[in-house]
Amino acid sequence: MSAVVFDHVSRHFGAVRAVDGVSLAIEEGEFFAMLGPSGSGKTTCLRLIAGFERPTSGDIRIFGEQVADLPPYKRHVNTVFQDYALFPHLNVRDNVAYGLMIAGQGKKQRHQAADEALEMVRLGGYGARKPSELSGGQRQRVALARALVNKPRVLLLDEPLGALDLKLREQMQEELKGLQRQLGITFVFVTHDQGEALSMADRVAVFNDGKIIQVGAPEDIYFRPDVPFVADFVGSSNVLPADLVARLTGQSRPAAIRPERLKLAENGPLSAEVTGLSFLGLTTRVSFEAEGTRLTALLPQDASRPAKGDTVALTWAEGDLHLMQAGA
Amino acid sequence: MHSDRAPLSLKIAAAAGLLFLHLPILLIFAYAFTTEEKSFAWPPPGLTLKWFAVTWYRPDVWEALSLSVKVASISTVIAMFLGTLCAAAVSRTRFFGRETISLLVILPIALPGVVTGIALRSAFSIADIPFSTWTIILGHATFCVVIVYNNAVARFRRTSGSLIEASMDLGANMFQTLRHVILPNIATALVVGGMLAFALSFDEVIVTTFTAGQQQTLPIWMLEELVRPRERPVTNVVAMVVVLVTMLPILGAYYLTRGTDQVAGQGK
Repeated sequence: MSAVVFDHVSRHFGAVRAVDGVSLAIEEGEFFAMLGPSGSGKTTCLRLIAGFERPTSGDIRIFGEQVADLPPYKRHVNTVFQDYALFPHLNVRDNVAYGLMIAGQGKKQRHQAADEALEMVRLGGYGARKPSELSGGQRQRVALARALVNKPRVLLLDEPLGALDLKLREQMQEELKGLQRQLGITFVFVTHDQGEALSMADRVAVFNDGKIIQVGAPEDIYFRPDVPFVADFVGSSNVLPADLVARLTGQSRPAAIRPERLKLAENGPLSAEVTGLSFLGLTTRVSFEAEGTRLTALLPQDASRPAKGDTVALTWAEGDLHLMQAGA
Repeated sequence: MHSDRAPLSLKIAAAAGLLFLHLPILLIFAYAFTTEEKSFAWPPPGLTLKWFAVTWYRPDVWEALSLSVKVASISTVIAMFLGTLCAAAVSRTRFFGRETISLLVILPIALPGVVTGIALRSAFSIADIPFSTWTIILGHATFCVVIVYNNAVARFRRTSGSLIEASMDLGANMFQTLRHVILPNIATALVVGGMLAFALSFDEVIVTTFTAGQQQTLPIWMLEELVRPRERPVTNVVAMVVVLVTMLPILGAYYLTRGTDQVAGQGK
């Protein structure tokens, strides 16, 4: 059974269609990412699952149960908030035990469960501290423990790593993934960071303008985008317009090609002028302009490098030019 | 050269300023012990504690005091109830006229007491409400609400809205959220607001003059005593007690709000 099902769900705020006719099915035990630019409706979708928003139209089911009219406190889902939302007047242990206290568990029992949950996020021994005494990464773990201690069937994470610095973020990505595998709980997480979505999720839904543009495994989204928006947003792919592709392949459809798959050649189907070079360490990023289209290539350091202003020929392997649908 | 030590002239000026503010209050205290009862002669011809006993046995003092305590208590309770609800509505939700309501609630404290007093008095007459303890309480509540509202609104703004969502997400309904999350987070602000409101009501004269019937609150009683001298130092004894008693809640408010400036529930 699917963990979460959206059936033509819309959420409008006045004239703004924050979520516009979204249908999707998140499977049990899946690590599901909602990816999109800010204002694309991904966070509203998360809030619809949590119950902080009610859909304007459409059905939402969590493990088969209709939840459109259920308040947040009657749903078996828990949320890790973007700002963590730890209760400042409670210590870490009581924060984690809050859900169990509300559920009516005795003090001893819930404190023991809270300590175990803190142990799981490697914060054993921090129970007596106040949230204000913790670092950002530690607060994030407390928020995670506070949600997981209730044994939710679905865990929602709202940009959980957004406030952390790069190193901590990479470490938490690993840990989150490990936890998800270990617990087998369905994780739904919202992010605007494509790298995060691709590295952590089993499947990714790409949002734009309140709609889901494409759903698929990270490799599909990255290598086989359906439309130019996904190619551009997810992988910074080169998007070739339909008329250019028509001349190259005979098919009048836009196409995407990954920057690392573009090669310089003596003779190639496309001639382009070099407009800029930047050294990235492992590779060099070269910008081109070809017939009014801007392209980027990532060249390995051992490849011969053109100079700015050169006119070069570009080539690629046959399968690397990925044809897409027109539109968005 | 820059120095952390203030120059002597600044120190003298500061000391003079503080003396100017507080010496008169100390004079009031001194006259509570004088043996001279008709006029305030300086220096006091002699010192005595007998006025404390005299004050203790004056029923009019006790009546005025109990009326003042009653008025201040009830208007504080009303203010805490209404002020908190209003602050919650204004800071937690968006609705048409929100800014207007915010302004209208704060207005009574900006208006001169005379205006509030006259307005209330004519309103009570038009509505045919006889002047009583309750009209005084209503008058005081108008400005006590502002104090509580201001304190509560500031605290609500500093409390992250996601705390309420987090509580509901963890299974708490509205009442449980109110009890376990909202009230603990605004409690000190409410206590402080209540203390200040009490202190403000306790020494209010102008609005009281317009809204009272025959009753005398303590400040009104003191004014009357100054006009009709009889056992003058009794007034000073009462004044001293009032100063000391109203200092307590204000000091309490000061200590409770110290060090609560960190933003509750903020992420980083």
